[in-house]
Amino acid sequence: MTAPAADAPSPVPPPPPAPPALRMPKRRGVELSLLVSAVLICVYGYTAVGLTRSGAVPPDAAAYGAGLGLLALFAHLAVRFRAPYADPLLLPIAVLLNGLGLVLIYRLDLETPGDRAAPAQLVWSTLGVALFIGVVLALRDHRLLQRYAYVSVAAALALMMLPILFPPVNGARIWIRFGGFSFQPSEFAKILLAVFFAAYLAANRNALAYTGRRVWRLQFPTGRVLGPIVTIWLLSVAVLALERDLGTSSLFFGLFVIMLYVATGRTGWIAVGLLLAGVGAFAVGAFEPHVRVRVQEWLAPFASIDAGLGPSQLAQSLFSFAAGGMQGTGLGAGHSTLIGFAAKSDFILATAGEELGLIGLSALILLYGLLVARGYRAGLALRDSFGRLLAIGLASIIAVQVFVIAGGVTGLIPLTGMAMPFLAQGGSSVVTNWIIVALLIRVSDSARAQPSDGEGTDSPTLAEMTTAPGSGR
Amino acid sequence: MTRYIRRAATLCLVMLAALLVNVVRLQLLQAGELRENPANRRPLIARYADPRGDIVVGGRTVTGSKDTRQQLRYERTYHDGPLYAPVTGYSSQLYGTTLLEHTEDETLAGTDPLLAPLPLWNDLTRSRQPGGKIVTTIRASVQRAAYQGLAGRRGAVAALEPSTGRILALVSSPSYDPALLSGNSPAVVAAWRRLNTSPDRPMLNRAIRQTYPPGSAFKIVTAAAALDARIVTDPNAATDARDPYILPGTRTRLPNRAPRCDRASLSYALRYSCNTVMAHLGVRVGLHRMRETAEKFGFNDAGLRIPARVAASTFDREMGPDQLALSSIGQFDTAATPLQMAMVAAAVANGGELVRPYLVDRVTTRGGRTVSAALPRTYQRPMNPVTAQVLQRLMIQAVEKGGGRRAAVPGVRVGGKTGTAQHGVANAGVPYAWFIAWAQQREASRPAIALAVVVEDAEANREDISGGGDAAPIAKVVIEAALKGRGG
Repeated sequence: MTAPAADAPSPVPPPPPAPPALRMPKRRGVELSLLVSAVLICVYGYTAVGLTRSGAVPPDAAAYGAGLGLLALFAHLAVRFRAPYADPLLLPIAVLLNGLGLVLIYRLDLETPGDRAAPAQLVWSTLGVALFIGVVLALRDHRLLQRYAYVSVAAALALMMLPILFPPVNGARIWIRFGGFSFQPSEFAKILLAVFFAAYLAANRNALAYTGRRVWRLQFPTGRVLGPIVTIWLLSVAVLALERDLGTSSLFFGLFVIMLYVATGRTGWIAVGLLLAGVGAFAVGAFEPHVRVRVQEWLAPFASIDAGLGPSQLAQSLFSFAAGGMQGTGLGAGHSTLIGFAAKSDFILATAGEELGLIGLSALILLYGLLVARGYRAGLALRDSFGRLLAIGLASIIAVQVFVIAGGVTGLIPLTGMAMPFLAQGGSSVVTNWIIVALLIRVSDSARAQPSDGEGTDSPTLAEMTTAPGSGR
Repeated sequence: MTRYIRRAATLCLVMLAALLVNVVRLQLLQAGELRENPANRRPLIARYADPRGDIVVGGRTVTGSKDTRQQLRYERTYHDGPLYAPVTGYSSQLYGTTLLEHTEDETLAGTDPLLAPLPLWNDLTRSRQPGGKIVTTIRASVQRAAYQGLAGRRGAVAALEPSTGRILALVSSPSYDPALLSGNSPAVVAAWRRLNTSPDRPMLNRAIRQTYPPGSAFKIVTAAAALDARIVTDPNAATDARDPYILPGTRTRLPNRAPRCDRASLSYALRYSCNTVMAHLGVRVGLHRMRETAEKFGFNDAGLRIPARVAASTFDREMGPDQLALSSIGQFDTAATPLQMAMVAAAVANGGELVRPYLVDRVTTRGGRTVSAALPRTYQRPMNPVTAQVLQRLMIQAVEKGGGRRAAVPGVRVGGKTGTAQHGVANAGVPYAWFIAWAQQREASRPAIALAVVVEDAEANREDISGGGDAAPIAKVVIEAALKGRGG
């Protein structure tokens, strides 16, 4: 905030000359040391599981540590050479969360000898880091993505509709299966949709904010501007509703409202959004038995116990958290497997809560909070609207997702099946989150590399948009 | 746009705060309530996560633990399960616990704070100690002799050390193997159903949970009351009890099975078990003092624990003289557990002082550190010492010359009293055979054992059932086992 007080009377000396273009320090060394700590914490956790369960250090602890360390190292090198100004916290947080996720999945694998998920998760994590490196290396400037807004949205819709052709799994039609792998396209679609929203809103924000009719105290933009984006949003939510992917549809909803609000500053949009959400939720809740059960479970988590049917998954999850208490039982010493089939995916946070306790769980939630905060910070520091909206969008994806899942398994809000970013078993999710972090690295690099003159401008010029990537350095 | 970004960031902050507050609520504020929810299996899993502490008889553990690798990991095993079932009870994952497994559960499961070296710290960390050991007062040789003496017939033996109250044997027959109930498999359910529907009622602990009409064995109580009340001053003097004896206020004649009971002395009446004399004496003592004496022996005490609960033995509080007459010979509503009748014998043997019976000698940690040890405690003084001496002499005579001959052990002072209890509608049931006794080495300062044997053998010919014929030989082998290896 160095806006000069231009109207000030003369006793004040003329405003000082604009400070020389200051760049943020690179802080790659900080990143490296944080990465080392993150890897060590994960190896410690892995060892702790082995010691608790079999009294011995797992034989592959060194290999696990080396693998995670190498992934972190390669990612770090990519950042160091291609995004040297990037925020130094983003990558270590991602590595720590991914590593802890592997520890928790490995730990839960011990309870289900016939169904080992950790090796596959490690493969997916490797692929995720590879894509992270790919994005950091290949995408020299995030503004490039703006050109592909419509390609993105088309790809997103196509991806989301694909699972309709495949059989449902556990009541939801959100997977594509081929060979031994299953794949959840809506995970990727959320990045593409964020890109599209950012691009469209950046291009049309003035029209959205200032044109159109005014009804009562709400300024409604013209249908021509608003139409396409609402259509696409409704379409995606409708597709997800069809596929019974409640989690992702609420995520898209939240993402759209936040980005629209940030772009236009119209509180009215929030009101309209909430209204629509209420109507939608009521409609789905009333007509979709799958959803109605979830809502009833949320309202009365112990009803099934009273009915003599045994505890529901949600009740088991609440028992897990309670069992953890302040300090937790220690890794490997809990009984969160009582939750049942989704213990490694939707309910993995319950294991964290039981075995790491309130202390560990709070640390995890704060890590996510930090990741989101760093995304927002990059958004604030950027100058171009697209970049700002993209950073906010990506950070909000993480924020909403964490809130919806963590809130769901702790009984704060109705449960919706979604994957805890980085932590939960699920290949598409891990890969997607690595791409999100790669994009955040890219925008934070731009934000911190640009001459620091305070706030970014709100309306990038055409010239700005077409500046050669990386030319600012 | 910056302002709106900041507001959106605030929204994220609010969501974050909501999550943290909710987690605090769940993990701290409501945690206790959730942990105690009956549908939460964690307490069960924790309970069976470690081997249970053991129950020790004569330096040898009679229980064990088997690692099943199931969710409820350790199952109880038993050595000589049927032999010790009336002592240990069972510890079942499906059906809970009984007897010592029940009363000493906190020690055996390791949750007793006494086991922890630093109780407060262990409370804080919610850690469990390895299960402690329960060292019983049971003597393996006595227990086995009693079990083999019953030889599978329906009945029970209770034996204790008169001067300390240490219970030396608790046997119920037929018995069952508590190991059948340990786990949670369908086989356990089937075993449970079978044991509960069996006409032999093998899970009934006849030694402490079943009451029987004590019959003539109760005459010791009546004699004690009569001597203490000085209704009888010379046990060898003739009494004014006539044969036939008409129950007061009725026309019912009380039968005698023994001859020459008319005006018989107390000594003769106890030796040959004259109903008429004892009924007459009971009526002369009166309801109030009869009841008082019986209660001092332990009758009507519903709170007796060893530490497992002992069924209350009964002596009616309100009776007419005719009913009192019948009660005085152990009939009418009078009912006693075998342990209660062993206590009667013990009080006589111990010079009139009844010591509270107990089954747990010591509680130790798994490592062997003693956590608590039992001390003998007086229960009551049901008769004065002189009366006790007179009764000792009379009981010895009953064994040497009377109906208890088959309990005699050469060279040992054995005092006893037979009993044959009628029961059932119009006494149609097969009578129960009783024998209560105590034994003391001639040169020993204290009696070694007091015991009660009851045989309720439905298979036997009714005429053959008598305390002297069926129960006394069992008492003899138990006495011999108790004296063997006990110095002199």
